[in-house]
Amino acid sequence: MQQRQKISLFLAVVTLLAACGSEDKPARVPAPSAIGDTPYASTYKALPSQVTLIRNATVLTGEGARIEGGSVLMADGKILAVGAQVEAPADALVIDADGKWVTPGIIDNHSHLGVYASPGVMATSDGNEITGANTAEVWAEHAVWPQDQGFNTARAGGVTVLQTLPGSANLFGGRGVTLKNVPSRTMEGMKFPGAPQSLKMACGENPKRVYGEKGGPYSRMGNVAGYRKAWVQAAAYKQKWDDYEAGKGDTPPERDLQLDTLMGVLNGEILVHIHCYRADEMVVMLDVASEFGYKVASFHHAVEAYKIADVLAERGTCAAMWADWWGFKMEALDGIRENIALVDKAGACAIVHSDSEVGIQRLNQEAAKAMGAANRVGMGITPEHAWTWLSLNPARSLGIDKLTGSLVPGKNADLVLWNGNPFSVYSKAEKVYVDGALVYDLNDPAYQAESDFVLGSLDLEGDTQ
Amino acid sequence: MKRIIQWMSFSCLILCTHLSQAQTIAVTGGRLLTQGSSGTIENGTVLIRDGRIVAVGQHVQVPADALVIDAAGKIVTPGLFDAYSEFGVLEVSGVDATVDAGQSGERFSASFDVSYAINPRSILIGVNRIEGVTRAAVVPGASWTMPGSIFSGQAAVIDLAGPGKWLTRSAVAMFVHLGESGSGLSGGSRVNAMLVLRDGLEEARDYATHSHIWEQGAHREFTLTRKDLDALQPVLRGETLLLVAVERASDITQALQLKKDFGLKLAIVGGAEAWVVAADLAAADVPVILDPQRNLPSGFDSLGATLENAARLQKAGVLIAISDGGTYNARNITQYAGLAVANGLPYEAALRAITLNPARIYGVNSELGSLEVGKAADLVVWSADPLELTSFADQVIIRGKNIPMVSRATRLRDRYMNLDEPMPLGYKK
Repeated sequence: MQQRQKISLFLAVVTLLAACGSEDKPARVPAPSAIGDTPYASTYKALPSQVTLIRNATVLTGEGARIEGGSVLMADGKILAVGAQVEAPADALVIDADGKWVTPGIIDNHSHLGVYASPGVMATSDGNEITGANTAEVWAEHAVWPQDQGFNTARAGGVTVLQTLPGSANLFGGRGVTLKNVPSRTMEGMKFPGAPQSLKMACGENPKRVYGEKGGPYSRMGNVAGYRKAWVQAAAYKQKWDDYEAGKGDTPPERDLQLDTLMGVLNGEILVHIHCYRADEMVVMLDVASEFGYKVASFHHAVEAYKIADVLAERGTCAAMWADWWGFKMEALDGIRENIALVDKAGACAIVHSDSEVGIQRLNQEAAKAMGAANRVGMGITPEHAWTWLSLNPARSLGIDKLTGSLVPGKNADLVLWNGNPFSVYSKAEKVYVDGALVYDLNDPAYQAESDFVLGSLDLEGDTQ
Repeated sequence: MKRIIQWMSFSCLILCTHLSQAQTIAVTGGRLLTQGSSGTIENGTVLIRDGRIVAVGQHVQVPADALVIDAAGKIVTPGLFDAYSEFGVLEVSGVDATVDAGQSGERFSASFDVSYAINPRSILIGVNRIEGVTRAAVVPGASWTMPGSIFSGQAAVIDLAGPGKWLTRSAVAMFVHLGESGSGLSGGSRVNAMLVLRDGLEEARDYATHSHIWEQGAHREFTLTRKDLDALQPVLRGETLLLVAVERASDITQALQLKKDFGLKLAIVGGAEAWVVAADLAAADVPVILDPQRNLPSGFDSLGATLENAARLQKAGVLIAISDGGTYNARNITQYAGLAVANGLPYEAALRAITLNPARIYGVNSELGSLEVGKAADLVVWSADPLELTSFADQVIIRGKNIPMVSRATRLRDRYMNLDEPMPLGYKK
């Protein structure tokens, strides 16, 4: 408390000094922007890398193409060339990948790594600010614990980029953050430079279950009223800032952290990700978005997306889905194995996501199951096509598809060398690269990071094995 | 596309109705992974009559009246056995009224016999059996529910063929929580959990020898009810399995001591750190039911979790079964078995961990778990390697009954396969 008083005093003095130094006209303050989030800016630096040519591999480009006996050349963190014949520069490390596969790194657009960390105890449970139906003011990045061992095990599964989101208890859960999956002492050291922030919203059973007895919403009607009330306020807040920016009045509007986030959405700076299971509800959520003039980047879980795949295609909204989770609540009862492929077939943006520290380690296997189920009913999905669900489409939903998500010259060299067909249960990621740097090697413990928590935590002294 | 689906549904309508009535079935030409003494049989035939396997081999005479299922180029295995499920007592976990897998434990504890509540028409059963799951241990409180005391209750083995003789055997195991979860259920320490269990067993022993004077009111009162004390008798005699949920190595060691002190038949479920004490488990002949996906320190009782748990236990001579207890996706035990193979478990051992081994753990292996003459006819014809992600069950037979390869999920799929229909899809059935 004493500390806090000192800080307040300090701030008051600073403000006073600033006021003294000003001219007649008060200084203009910039409108709060989600793009210039400098106080929490990324300090990410790519790990050391060398010019590397992987050749003689089955290459899935991530854009639907497959190259047998293909090569990928990377240098200075970028992909330089991809094709059947790529010359190795003199200084290149050449890796012969006969029998192996190369794919873009997996991107999981729905993770809680860092905010629901291992060990899963109350003290590390920071993923949901369950104190109000609207907590748009909280940011997942402020709680990400980089020592979550889940980051390391996800990397061993070929995950190079992930979005850590707040949970789904609230109508507005807060801002999500896109991270590069590299070991780091700080969250800022993982933050994906240039990636937009996101807003996590939730519809359906969770908000009404959590807040029904705590002041509401009590029903799906209340859910939608809650979104609309907030957007009305956000639109008014935005108007104030727009007016101020246009030079109307000298006093800036009073800052509101909650409305800052929603204004960021209305300004097109923050992407909207919505936890939503039921088909009819997803369409209502699209209508709410139309009413207030923003776009939904992606629905998450979307267990019934197959029932409205055509609508998703038409509105340009992605659906991030599990391969086979179903049944655990009413809104998940109609889950089917063909969901992902049916969304894809309709021309919508289909994504395989995890929402799980276990599932994120094998998203390639989730895609394989979804592909297998689709092909069983004759849908003809190829591995090279299915990979779009794992990297390019999630990159689109996160607004980073120009930077990563497929093996195209100029993009970040985020890729995985698999020791076999990644759609086989027996295959593993052998080498994982982020920005051209080796960040995981199955066969070299020097490239297998461990979190502080895990280091030395199990005393095996005296055990026989 | 549409035509293919229609054809599939149509052919099944004719074929499946016919198949389910057949008394004699021959599954011919497949690669039989018998899990029995015959090992693998190439181009083999399984002959089924009245729900039982009557012949297995390369030179089996197929009777003229037999219904023939051509399995040429395919793989035939025993039906999958989920060692740790809540089939029939769990519908929608988020809807309390549909969940009978657990109880608050206010009056009864050890006597909680899950078989009273099992619904053989559960949606989960239909969804999972067409993917090869033919039998399951229904363990109250396996995953989605927590009991009111450390005594979770008595498990049953069922088949997934639906209504009829679905109950294979009730009271196959007494399920209890020790370790971290036991602590939470008994007063905030592992000590409490162990004391509650030991006290319960001692009361049961006392009751067995003094029930006559207890009936006359000439004996101290027992903490447990008469039904609970009755339920513990076969456990005390070492006839009924005591299935203990624990993760930490030191908790497993305590469970092994308990087994020794009371002469119990013991199995571990969970066992994230079981590999640490693998030699002790093997020496005490105690099996482990485990989830091969676990490799994170999800709590302080699983700091040693590793993807190699299954392989290390098997190598040490421990009998293992594979399940994650999730029930909704029991069908994925093949994937988990494959994952264990990718991390060092021999292929045949992985397949046994989801067929024969669960049957052995629950003491029903004379009846189930392998393709051998005299056993119940549970088998699956697979399109390819059953542990692979893109393989699927082509045909499933449970107790000699051909299972129609449809479920609520496939019917939803077929309804929504084409969204562009002139009439609302609600008319499409």
